[in-house]
Amino acid sequence: MKFAILVNEGAYQHQASDSAFQFVKAALEKGHEIFRVFFYHDGVYNASRLSVPPQDDRNINKRWSELAQQHQVDLVVCIAAAQRRGILDAAEAKRQGKDADNLAEGFRISGLGQLIEASIEADRLMVFGD
Amino acid sequence: MGVTKKLLYLNRKAPHGSIYAQEALEVVLIGSAFEQDISLAFVDDGVYQLKKQQDTKATGMKNFSPTYRALDDYDVNKLYVEQESLTARGLKVEDLIVPVQVLSSAELAALMATQDVVFSF
Amino acid sequence: MNTLHTVNKSPFERNSLSSCLRLAAAESSILLFEDGIYAALQGTDFSETIQTALAKHSVYVLLPDLQARGMSLEQVIVGVQAVDYAGFVDLTSTHYPIQAWL
Repeated sequence: MKFAILVNEGAYQHQASDSAFQFVKAALEKGHEIFRVFFYHDGVYNASRLSVPPQDDRNINKRWSELAQQHQVDLVVCIAAAQRRGILDAAEAKRQGKDADNLAEGFRISGLGQLIEASIEADRLMVFGD
Repeated sequence: MGVTKKLLYLNRKAPHGSIYAQEALEVVLIGSAFEQDISLAFVDDGVYQLKKQQDTKATGMKNFSPTYRALDDYDVNKLYVEQESLTARGLKVEDLIVPVQVLSSAELAALMATQDVVFSF
Repeated sequence: MNTLHTVNKSPFERNSLSSCLRLAAAESSILLFEDGIYAALQGTDFSETIQTALAKHSVYVLLPDLQARGMSLEQVIVGVQAVDYAGFVDLTSTHYPIQAWL
């Protein structure tokens, strides 16, 4: 089966990001395909490159980056939600005249159309939120 | 895309106390370009999103409620409100900013069961 | 296929479970996970609600979330089935669509 995943909350604040990750991991282990993981609302915070959680706990943001690298999972961050919350890639930062960018490896910033497309192309849409 | 799916946007949260209502609407607007079979359901505090006369000036926040009136221009016109959610909140259909179809819980449950994709915010 | 409803909030905190039960068509299934697992336990003000729901729905609880919260299988209402994340994935294959009650 092909899954589209919607993550509505940031790392640590709610369990949504953890649950989504565990679901995706289990689905991949079973040989399913993850069509796309789309980050919306505070979910965009999962894509910050600047997160430095304590060493004795899971590194949520890094975990997503590693997943993207190991399994070629498409991690998409909504541009409007990201702009609001200050998650920018290098191109966006330059375009907006900001002095820094912070998008983590493995994520890409795109439009809400990517969420809709994923929901149409996939067999199931899973929503993780608060 | 070829495929037409029934997409349901499930709205259960009040406006302004959180961004879910406003950002959900943004998904609906973008989604309207994909020629799918779109429905919006307003349940629980979600019915408050449609309340007339929202005036956010003193809070300094954006009043995005007029956008519900623009949905029709995007061919999004299947708006369903749960009767029980309205009644529990002392609201009537006249209190709402757009024409909606009021459904009983049973009717809404039946409608939800026919959907292909449910977006929750 | 029947819907899989997912409920992730505690019934003591939110009305998500009660709204889900009010709007879940007969034969649909419910998965309690994250804080939603508290509804799966015996001896609470919501136990009877779940027991009644079992007449119309299959009800599942995510074991990792039970364990994380210090609850055990013995405390789960009889009839509610525990699944792990792999089981959660399997449930999505046999249900359509998946509806999240946040």
